[in-house]
Amino acid sequence: MKHRSFFWFFLPTALAMLLFIAFPIVSVVTQSLFTPHEAVFTTVEKCDPFGCTKESVVDQEASQALKKSNPLGRFAGLDIYFDRGHLATKEVAEAWQTRKSMGDFFSTLNNLPFYRAMGFTLTYTFLVTPLLIILGLMIALSVNSLHRHLKGLAIFFSLLPLIVTPLVGSLILFWMVDSRGILGTFLQWLAGDPDLSLKASTTLTWIMLIVYGVWHAAPFAFVVFYAGLQTLPKDQLESAQIDGANRWQRLRYVIVPHLMPLVTFVALIQLMDNFRVFEPIVGFNSEAHATSLSWIIFNDLNGETLQLSAASTTSVITIIGVAILLSPVLVQTWKNFKDKK
Amino acid sequence: MTNKTQKLFTFNSLFSNSFVIVWLIIAAFPFIWTFWGSFKVELDFFSIADWTNAITGKLTQETYGSAFTGTGYEGAWIQEKFWLSTINTWVVCFFVVSISLTIGTLGGYALSRSGYRYTFWLLIIALIFRAMPPITLVAGYMLPFFEWNLWGKLPTTIVVLVAINQPFTLWMLHSFFQTIPKELDESAKVDGCTQFQAFRRVIIPVMWPGVITTGLFSFLLAYNDFAVTSMLLSDENRTMVPKIAAFLGTTYTEGNIMFAVAAVVSSTVPLFILVMFFQRQIVSGLTAGAVKG
Repeated sequence: MKHRSFFWFFLPTALAMLLFIAFPIVSVVTQSLFTPHEAVFTTVEKCDPFGCTKESVVDQEASQALKKSNPLGRFAGLDIYFDRGHLATKEVAEAWQTRKSMGDFFSTLNNLPFYRAMGFTLTYTFLVTPLLIILGLMIALSVNSLHRHLKGLAIFFSLLPLIVTPLVGSLILFWMVDSRGILGTFLQWLAGDPDLSLKASTTLTWIMLIVYGVWHAAPFAFVVFYAGLQTLPKDQLESAQIDGANRWQRLRYVIVPHLMPLVTFVALIQLMDNFRVFEPIVGFNSEAHATSLSWIIFNDLNGETLQLSAASTTSVITIIGVAILLSPVLVQTWKNFKDKK
Repeated sequence: MTNKTQKLFTFNSLFSNSFVIVWLIIAAFPFIWTFWGSFKVELDFFSIADWTNAITGKLTQETYGSAFTGTGYEGAWIQEKFWLSTINTWVVCFFVVSISLTIGTLGGYALSRSGYRYTFWLLIIALIFRAMPPITLVAGYMLPFFEWNLWGKLPTTIVVLVAINQPFTLWMLHSFFQTIPKELDESAKVDGCTQFQAFRRVIIPVMWPGVITTGLFSFLLAYNDFAVTSMLLSDENRTMVPKIAAFLGTTYTEGNIMFAVAAVVSSTVPLFILVMFFQRQIVSGLTAGAVKG
């Protein structure tokens, strides 16, 4: 295709991405370097029958004028990145110097909003991803050995947790594990503790969110692995069987190696997707026990006052995190591209 | 071929069959339970006294003289104006899908037919954009949208969702168009068609399977989005998902949680129907990326 016609074909989509993805990234980075203006104070002398006092009051007009002349605020450099709401370098250094034990240090760290969110986001990402791969593989192997007519039905029901709106899916589970819901009641009976509430405990909340994450994403792994199983090398399986390999050995030495590229694919996609965990935290109403980076951004933007600088800074840090997780994919794509040439 | 393979590999059929059954219950039971419960009163759905009340609807029977009641739906749809959010959602979905398919088809086709190096870099950029959580972009929209008075309106949200959708659409359609032989449009060009005429007369008639699959995923993205719609829409323009989130804030205090339950069920039904009719396309779309590698 000629450059010229390529240009015209590609122009609309390029414009959309440029205006609404590329520019916003630039503007998020810029905003993260600026902080809102401080109010302008003026000193006025107030006199009453008992004498005169000097008082500082906010000069609304001057503050407005300053805001208007420079809507981004004043330049703060990387200050916001290191403040208490984000990387909190000062607090972390202090906690490290005054630590009594490692546990003490981590509990101080856990009181800083950014590290608290980071802690949950990373735990969630690196627990949910392997678990969903294992579960997805087990479902794929089991469904594959079903009768032909039942497979379609099994796939239909398996797709539901994946397709459902994440917020809605987490709400449905949340209502069931409520202490008055069916699962909550069941767990109370199981634990023999009528006051057990998953919402009240941090550990249980984390487990609940991770279970939701696996429930939601396992169907994706299942569908991909199931497709992979349809192309199993039949001769290898047969010869393995003739050589006396039992079921487990065939799984371990023939099937899993055959599916390995797909496992890598699912792992990479899911690492990126789980890193952005957000809706379940809103759905499970769990911000008292678990927050994530995306949730912090949402919270900064959704509050009484719009905290653009704070939200932008967290956004930039999140983007850097995603970039780190994405780098193996990019390297792989680059290698494939070079091989093709 | 598959039959023989399956015979060779049935990993303990009793174990595997019971595993499938357990998984299907885990996958489907929450939906069935919530659907059933949405026709009950709150004290049955959240039953303190006896969990079987949620099935039999004892208190619903006492209150309304029947084990089923539509009060949750009435409250959500009429009193809380969920019908308006439903209309908004369908408007958003319709325009997002049609616009993003139109411009995505053109772009994806161009990427698949141009052999120059820049197509690779464009695809890489699209991949990076695809990986970015949409909420990280929202902070960048706020100032200009407020400044130009675009915030809160449906068209703004539609355009933003179209843009966020593009990277994925481009990748899907790019790999789909690569499966259509280049000779088709090359020969049309030899016969004197311009590139666009070749696209219109030769490619458009055969591209529908790929476009429908891609369209399904665009639809799901727009329908399921919470991050963008909740931040960029004003109260009266809310789509279903942010509306449900808003219910949570108000109804927990007013004790009208059944409104939220009814709204949740109402918003899930279209997805059910979608999976029922397009199961094959959804599966092929999910695996498309994997097979390509």
